[in-house]
Formats: sequence, C-alpha cells, structure tokens
Amino acid sequence: MAMKEDIGDTMISNPRGLPLEAHYKVDPADNVTGYKAFEAGKFGFRRDEYFAYISTPKGTHTMSVDAFLRALMRDVAWGFFYGTVNFDPVFGTTNFYGEVDMFYGALNEAYTSEGRDYVERFRADELMAIFKEMVSDWTNEGFDPFAAPRETGVPWGTKNGDNDDAVSRQRVTARRMVGMPGDTPLRTDASGFPVNTMFDDVAQDQPEVHAEPGFEAEVQAFNLFGYLSRSDVTWNPSVCSVVKDSLFCPTTEEYILPVEHGNDRCEWFIQLSDQITWNIKDGVTGRPKAVVAMKAGDVACMPADIRHQGFSPKRSMLLVWENGSPKVPDLIREGKAPNVSVQF
Amino acid sequence: MSQYTTDYAAIDEYDSGSITIISQDNKKNYVFSNMFEVAATAKPYERVAIAKNFEYVIESVRAEGTSPWYSAAHDEFAVAMDYPVTVELVKLDDPDAVVDPESEGAVRLAGDPAGKKMGTIKLGRGHMALLPVGAAYRFTAEKPATLMVQTIDGPETVHKWAEICQQ
Repeated sequence: MAMKEDIGDTMISNPRGLPLEAHYKVDPADNVTGYKAFEAGKFGFRRDEYFAYISTPKGTHTMSVDAFLRALMRDVAWGFFYGTVNFDPVFGTTNFYGEVDMFYGALNEAYTSEGRDYVERFRADELMAIFKEMVSDWTNEGFDPFAAPRETGVPWGTKNGDNDDAVSRQRVTARRMVGMPGDTPLRTDASGFPVNTMFDDVAQDQPEVHAEPGFEAEVQAFNLFGYLSRSDVTWNPSVCSVVKDSLFCPTTEEYILPVEHGNDRCEWFIQLSDQITWNIKDGVTGRPKAVVAMKAGDVACMPADIRHQGFSPKRSMLLVWENGSPKVPDLIREGKAPNVSVQF
Repeated sequence: MSQYTTDYAAIDEYDSGSITIISQDNKKNYVFSNMFEVAATAKPYERVAIAKNFEYVIESVRAEGTSPWYSAAHDEFAVAMDYPVTVELVKLDDPDAVVDPESEGAVRLAGDPAGKKMGTIKLGRGHMALLPVGAAYRFTAEKPATLMVQTIDGPETVHKWAEICQQ
C-alpha cells in the first residue's frame, strides 16, 4: 500500500452528510460452510463455497468469492487507499481519511437513476477491524489473495484452515530508500523472497558503490528492478523512495487489478517493464471513457475523476507515483485539487 | 532458460503505447509520454518533466558525456533506465551557500563544488541511487542513456508537455 500512516490533522469530509454507523456483529461459523457472517451497519456479509453475498436494505449483491477476497485484501492492505475502492461496478468503499463510506450501487448510474443505491458511513478503524476479521476467516489454507492466480491455490469450498501469514503481510514503507541502513531491507533468497518465475531474466547485480571513508551511510544505491523481481505480491504498491511527500511506490502486476480504483486525486503510472492495459471509466457513473495501453517507458496520469482497472498479461513492473501530502484531502474537500495534473 | 522474457525499453529502442477514447474524454487528460522517447530527443542533461503532482516532478534525463554539477536542498533519487551511468558525489563544505535551504528542485552549480569527495556509484539498468541533501552530484555516461529522477520542480526542470505528450 502506498499511503502514509499519518495524514495529518485535517477535517474529515462528509459530502453525503451521513451519520456514523456503530453497529458491528460477527455471527458464529455456519454449520454447513464453516464460515462466519459479518454485519456492519445494515450491510451483511456471508460466503458459501463459491460466492460472497452482500445484503443491504436495497438489495443483495453477489460476487465470486475469489474476486471479493482479492478486492477485500487490497482494501485492507491499502487502508482504504486514496479515494474509492470499487470491488466491482456495484459494491465498494470511499475513503474520507478517518471515516469511510461503504456503498451499494452508489457509483453506478443504473442503480442511482432508479434509487437502488445505498450508502452508510463508518469510522475507518472500526470498519477495518471487521474487514480484517472477514479476510482472515474467509481465506482458506493455500489461497493467497495477494498472489497471481497461477501461483496460488483456490478460494473455493467449505472452511478449510486459514492463511493468516499471507493476509497479514506487513507492508513495505521505506522512510528514505530501500536498502539504506536502518530502512526497509533488500529482498533476498535468504530472507524468503526468491526471484519470481516470470522475472527469471531480471539481472540481480547490485550497483558498484565506492564510498570514501565516513560517507558509507550516504553513498547508497540498490537494484530496484532486482528488488521488484522478488516481490511476492501483485497489485500492492510499496514505498521505496521518498522526497518529502513524493512517494515512489513501485509494484509488480500480473493478471487483473482486483478492484476498480476510483481516484480522488491525480495518480501517475510509469511502466518500468512489459505492458499493462487500463480500462478507464467515469468515477461517478461507471461509464467507459478510454483504454490506455502502456508499454515500457510510458508515463500516464490517471485523472482525479475516473476509475481504472489494469490488465497485465505477464508479470510487469509498474511505478505508482503518489503525492502523500496531508494537504491533499483539504484541497480535495475545497475543490482545489485539479482533475488533471498538467494543462497544455 | 526461462520461458519468460521481461520486456524493457531503451533510449535507442522504445515503442510507445496508445490511448483509445471511448466516450467524452480527451487524450490530453492522461499526459501520456514515453520517457525513452523524451530522452532520445532531448539535449544532454536536459531535465524534462514527464510527470508532475503539485510541486513534485519526475524528470527524464538524457545522460551523455559528463553533466554539470547539481545540488538540491532535499534528497533526490536517480534510476538508470537502460545503459550505465556513473554518479559522483561531493559533500558540500557549505551547502546553504550553494543552494537556498528553502528552495526546491535541483540547482546547477557554476563550477566545481567545494567539498570532500563522498564516492562514486556505477548504475546499471534498474539501479536506483540516492542523491543526498547536502551533496553535489554529477553524472557521466559513455553512451546516451536514460535517467529517471525523482525530485521537485525547480530551475533546471524543463516543461515541454505539448511536445512530448500524445494528443
């Protein structure tokens, strides 16, 4: 995840004027499936062997449990992320940095035009606790929702153990740069990060660093591509270098981004290797707007009013570049954050 | 031998992607460029902005021969994207006299920096180096190469979006 832990002392925006819901409940494991059911406000969550069911006062939404768990894992790992995490075109969460809207159909013009949409608001830490318990209970032994489909087991079936090591991975957040003394360490075979099969050809050499005596701590470099080739997760940006609030958050991508990420600020993508195709939709209505195909070296800005979902046929390296400034939520609330970073 | 090939690009071999508009959109909204194409058509050590987010920028730099010396009042980072580039670092005796400590972005030094040699770093493809605050740095590349620099918009940053972006 790419967000800074501390977003500063900013006012929390509440554009829908919703009250905070305080009802949470975890039901005992089902006698047949073995899975617990969950309630947050008037939203209910249960799963069976194949599907996740999200019930609301306006209707019940069904998702493949595979897609649901992959999306839920990102929402948890990213701390609700910047803006909206659409699990699919119907269900998702919108982050207001301290509080979260959870919605059914609210960002889908077919639902909203017929009044079928439903939204509730929660304290972020309370909803996160329920989500964490859900992803833990619903993830079976052998299934890793962070992994690409070819490298993990399946989520189907009745309750069969867990995979808490996978779903509770600690995120990487370098304070200055990966590999520096006291900062996030390099990945190695010995530390449990072998080179991914799809990156077998990525050079593993390190830069030639010649530091004069006394300057060893500041003359620093590392093999970023080699580091990325050893990532054990997909679609999970991690902070690797920091210039004030400018966060380089490279990640490795394979198969499909499990969510449609709805931006609330401009977000930049720099394709470091291979290629990704992005389907772009309107952030509010979900109407398709564009298809952006990125090859190695391509740079593109995702405008602040869209949602995007990426497709990576081979594991690729993507640099996600974020501005983690705590002033950005204020600028968004005041309507001063631009939809497009650069006018020309 | 691996059955997979990682597809990179370089200053002398790149192939840009594309934007297809479906409805009610504009290609310019995506500020879409290719850093290798930018470097291939730039002057040596022209620091061209390829991404901008408020005050922050990412620059594509054509490394060729030896650069001027630069410094900044904050950390910067450089990634060698295709061919080897060497970084030289000097600890400035009086950084505030060289760069206003409140300033942002890289500043070009008029001549050689006054200070102690900190060391050198030889970068290959995909290697990232810290360009630390308080230091001066310069690059050397025997053949044209592409650097990607994480920094802040400053006096050396060149903006030529209409030239580099798909429209």
